[in-house]
Amino acid sequence: MSTDRNQQESERLVAVQQSDEFAELRKRFRAFAFPMTIVFLGWYLLYVLASGYARDFMGTELLGNINVGYVFGLLQFASTFLIAWLYERHMDNKVDPLAARIRADLEGGDHR
Amino acid sequence: MNVMAATTEVSGGQQVLTSVLFLTFVAITLGITIKASRATKTAADFYAGGRSFSGIQNGVAIGGDYMSAASFLGIAGIIALFGYDGFLYSIGFLVAWLVALLLVAELMRNSGKYTMGDVLAFRMRQRPVRAAAGVSTIVVSIFYLLAQMVGAGALVALLLGVSSQTAKNLTIVAVGILMIFYVTVGGMKGTTYIQIVKALLLMTGASLLTLMVMFKFGWNLSELLGTAAEKSGKGKAFLEPGGRFGKDIVDAAGNPDARATLYSKLDLVSLGFALVLGTAGLPHILIRFYTVPTARAARKSVVWGIWIIGSFYLMTLALGFGAAAIVGPEEIIAQDPAGNTAAPQLARAIGEDFFGTTGGTIMLAFIASVAFATILAVVAGLTLASSSSVAHDIYANYVHHGDAPEGQEVKVARISAFVIGAVAIVLSIFAQKLNVAFLVALAFAVAASGNLPAILYSLFWRRFNTTGAVSAIYGGLLSALILVIFSPVVSGKAAVDGKSPSLVTDPGIDFHWFPLDNPGLVSIPLGFFFGWLGTVLSKEHNEYKAAELEVRSLTGVGMEKAADH
Repeated sequence: MSTDRNQQESERLVAVQQSDEFAELRKRFRAFAFPMTIVFLGWYLLYVLASGYARDFMGTELLGNINVGYVFGLLQFASTFLIAWLYERHMDNKVDPLAARIRADLEGGDHR
Repeated sequence: MNVMAATTEVSGGQQVLTSVLFLTFVAITLGITIKASRATKTAADFYAGGRSFSGIQNGVAIGGDYMSAASFLGIAGIIALFGYDGFLYSIGFLVAWLVALLLVAELMRNSGKYTMGDVLAFRMRQRPVRAAAGVSTIVVSIFYLLAQMVGAGALVALLLGVSSQTAKNLTIVAVGILMIFYVTVGGMKGTTYIQIVKALLLMTGASLLTLMVMFKFGWNLSELLGTAAEKSGKGKAFLEPGGRFGKDIVDAAGNPDARATLYSKLDLVSLGFALVLGTAGLPHILIRFYTVPTARAARKSVVWGIWIIGSFYLMTLALGFGAAAIVGPEEIIAQDPAGNTAAPQLARAIGEDFFGTTGGTIMLAFIASVAFATILAVVAGLTLASSSSVAHDIYANYVHHGDAPEGQEVKVARISAFVIGAVAIVLSIFAQKLNVAFLVALAFAVAASGNLPAILYSLFWRRFNTTGAVSAIYGGLLSALILVIFSPVVSGKAAVDGKSPSLVTDPGIDFHWFPLDNPGLVSIPLGFFFGWLGTVLSKEHNEYKAAELEVRSLTGVGMEKAADH
């Protein structure tokens, strides 16, 4: 695996890690993934807490026998699908090209 | 089980048909396994299916690996008997995939090789971290495996209409032998194809039932819910949260018991945490990310997995409430008090409704076979994950310091699959008398408390080191285990008819001091805390390796390539 990498290559990777280009890559990935994780975990926690502590609210009927609990639950499905789609689009368009460029630079130097 | 004969007698014709469908599925999967074995030559083939599956293929396989009998039969049963609360499981199990998608899948594909341990040990001292990763993988997988296999024994016996103890034991042995064969012969390649076949079967079965239920109720969800509530005898409360989790508890005198109510509600939150954070720490799910050629394909496969799993969990609403409305809780409880046969019973009832007795027989046989396929595929995935970890983490990297020849390593993986399978068979036969359904939730809790903190720290915290990784894994694992041992799951639940529903059924024995059934609320923060504490207590810090992991995980440089076939 990685154990046969020599010191020189390790130093190259550290140099890449400290480059502006890599900092930009990390920023683009984290700027989406981290806040979005907080959003969906918070949104999910709100749903769980409502199921435990806001029974009357969850039991409010909206459409025949369909109450707030189902709509809230179905919105969790909708938000999951939406976030997955947004993430895929973000990574495809904003992160992949930059990652490919950095990888090409690094691997090009290997004369492979 | 004598009640069964009175309620839903399994006719001879149905028995034959179900058996034929079971055997057809077994024959197809054996064929796939043998075919896959011919294309399995290298270690990457055995562990990671040659990394040559497409995003869509792996996405379907993710669905296959993830949607266990607990999802299909268990959630349908909980909804059928307790109403709304089963839906909480569906939502937790689905939202959990966003953790895997946003934080884990791609980075793991870029930096690992065969096991969860590859990523955890990447920049650490190999042996201690490999050992911890191996132990945790085996513990999580065995818990999950036991729950599935014990369930399989009871279920298959029920569906085939044989209720003798010998039949149940034989079923467990047969399931065990099949899973050993799938894994040792077909490796990841064979197992992946089996997951794909199973996922397609399960989706077909669930869709068919859903369409029939919705058709019967004029495509009107409100009417389905209304009929289910009426038939449940619980009225509107059946359609609201609180039927099973987070109950408002009153004491014997009828006064609200504030403390018991608080614990009951905290238990719900605790379960919610374990469900949403456990998935991205399940070893048999994590190794799926290695079966595709690139991080982009790993991303695609998780997105596909989310669509499939999400659609399936949406359908559990129709299955569960359909079973409540059409079969009714009395008949379901008469067959299985836990409700695990609600979906097959619904299949029979609605089949009869549409196409008469023969239709009911065919539908029941079909859904029973789908359930059987579901169990077989999941246990194969679990056996593969644990045997890979024994061979790659423990044998090759812990015992042989990473110097074991590749052929030898794969041989050890095959032997491990055999041993793990045999152990699982024996344990399952002995565990049959116990209520082991809690083991699935426990597997999720251990994965969320031990594995997830170690994975996230590894990928996102540069300072993280060997002591931190080892502390997170063992600390989280032991916290979850110890809390469960001293919880009402094991002892001290109030007796019903002189028998406690805890694992220890003697109501005189009560050594519980932790009030919640689900340890996640405490053990997950503890796992993260131990990981942090271990890290700051040790001076070790390998900047080169940290940089290497970070660059590799985000760019994919130096990643394991797909095999050329």
